[in-house]
Amino acid sequence: MPLNFEELAQASGEWLKGSGPESDIVISSRIRLARNLAEFPFIARATPADRIEIEKILHARIAASNDSKKFPGELLYVDVSELPEVDRAFLVERQLISRELSESDGARAVAIDKREQYSVMINEEDHLRIQVMHSGLDLETAWAQIDMLDDLIEEQVTYAYNEKLGYLTACPTNVGTGIRVSVMLHLPALVITRQIDKVFRSLQKINLAVRGLYGEGSQAMGDFYQISNQVTLGLSEQELVKKVSDVVPVLIDYERQAREFLVRESQETLHDRVSRAYGILRNAQTISSEETLHLLSSVRMGVNLGLIGDVAIPTVNKLFVHTQPAHLQKLAGMELDSSDRNIERASYLRRHLGGDGANTTHN
Amino acid sequence: MKCQKCDKKATFHITDLVDGEPSEVHLCEDCAQAFLAPPADDDASDVMPAMAGLLAQQLAVGETAEELARLDKQACPVCGITFREFRKQGRLGCPHDYVCFADELEPLLLNIHDEIHHVGKVPKGYGANAEQQTQLIRLRREMKEAVAREDYEEASKLRDEIRAIEATRDAPDPSGENA
Ligand SMILES: [Zn+2]
Ligand SMILES: [Zn+2]
Repeated sequence: MPLNFEELAQASGEWLKGSGPESDIVISSRIRLARNLAEFPFIARATPADRIEIEKILHARIAASNDSKKFPGELLYVDVSELPEVDRAFLVERQLISRELSESDGARAVAIDKREQYSVMINEEDHLRIQVMHSGLDLETAWAQIDMLDDLIEEQVTYAYNEKLGYLTACPTNVGTGIRVSVMLHLPALVITRQIDKVFRSLQKINLAVRGLYGEGSQAMGDFYQISNQVTLGLSEQELVKKVSDVVPVLIDYERQAREFLVRESQETLHDRVSRAYGILRNAQTISSEETLHLLSSVRMGVNLGLIGDVAIPTVNKLFVHTQPAHLQKLAGMELDSSDRNIERASYLRRHLGGDGANTTHN
Repeated sequence: MKCQKCDKKATFHITDLVDGEPSEVHLCEDCAQAFLAPPADDDASDVMPAMAGLLAQQLAVGETAEELARLDKQACPVCGITFREFRKQGRLGCPHDYVCFADELEPLLLNIHDEIHHVGKVPKGYGANAEQQTQLIRLRREMKEAVAREDYEEASKLRDEIRAIEATRDAPDPSGENA
């Protein structure tokens, strides 16, 4: 069944629900497994014909387990190589495919379930990248699900594996378990109180990696940070899940303390910051994607601290993603250049935050 | 010694191969990081863009320029990737590379993971002949080459070999014995 982008654009994926444990600070929990078919070269040495064959084999196998109802949820199968650029960018913004899959060449695809909890990428850096994503802090469930999914696919193919090194991957950084366990955290108060660098340094000491919202660079967008395991060899999947799980409550605690400190020591400044952010988002006539992320971050914290009462967290979560360039264009149903997007973004924000330019001082 | 790119102290002395010719580069830590980082286009989704850097660093310390040049020419008999290509891209060519470049990869894996032994999940179907899998990659490559030079007799011989292996593989092995 082809993916209906218009339907998907209107919907809100699993990780935007804003539910699940600790979801005021933990946006989402995600686990990814890297797998390769034993009888093909890795992607770097695969010929275009190899890639086509790999895609065909994996597509057929995934479709078969989906048809046999073994696969949880109904899958949408998308041929990424045939998608226009804006649709590929849309899937990246939605975190359903990686930038690498979007931007590479040759046969490649993704299978997505309708709730946007599972995604299986074919011919990314590895032949298979299986991903499970949950709202809030819920790594144990995510692991149980991805483990089962991995078994289901493995029933029908032979993975590249050896006894000593485990699952063999294109990059030695993933070899062994091939697992990447990550949580996305919203840490605005640690950024405002300038404690975030200290937190990063301590995470790096225990071999955890930290990245910004959409991956590249160290500068996080909108105070969102993704924490993940760096090591994949020598520890079991459960141990790695635990390693990431164990550090999250500590970070949540730091962030809560920083928020309490701000409320206690500079209530007016904080309230002013949040209200100004809200005011701009409800009234701007043109606004960039960077400024939007930055302001939405303050609003999100304001809602969680009870400083703003008339917006719900799922709405704010949704706005983070729906104001990204590709989403805006899908929602508007047309291509927009950068300055038109800024106008459309401002109008979208006004519509969804109940601001019209008129009732701005109204709480 | 001063860094070649800025005025800071050079702490990294890297042996680089430019078109097969070894040359020494002296850099400070910041410039070395930029120098060793993989090209911008492939680090977008990489958790550790420093991978290629780690490898270069380790080789620069461990090997002389001649040894490095020799090492770089080594190629995997299955997929054909040279060690130089791997060093440049930070990506391996096939599962067999972990075996044929084992001596070079082991210190790298220790550097990245602090460990070289997998302790996690084992595929349920593992025990299907692993040797046969790498053989399949090689036979497919040889068959493509045979077709390319229009040696159809050789190609059909290779195709039969591939089919024979696939037939044994598809029959489940109840003993679960490893190769
Ligand atoms: Zn320098
Ligand atoms: Zn190889």
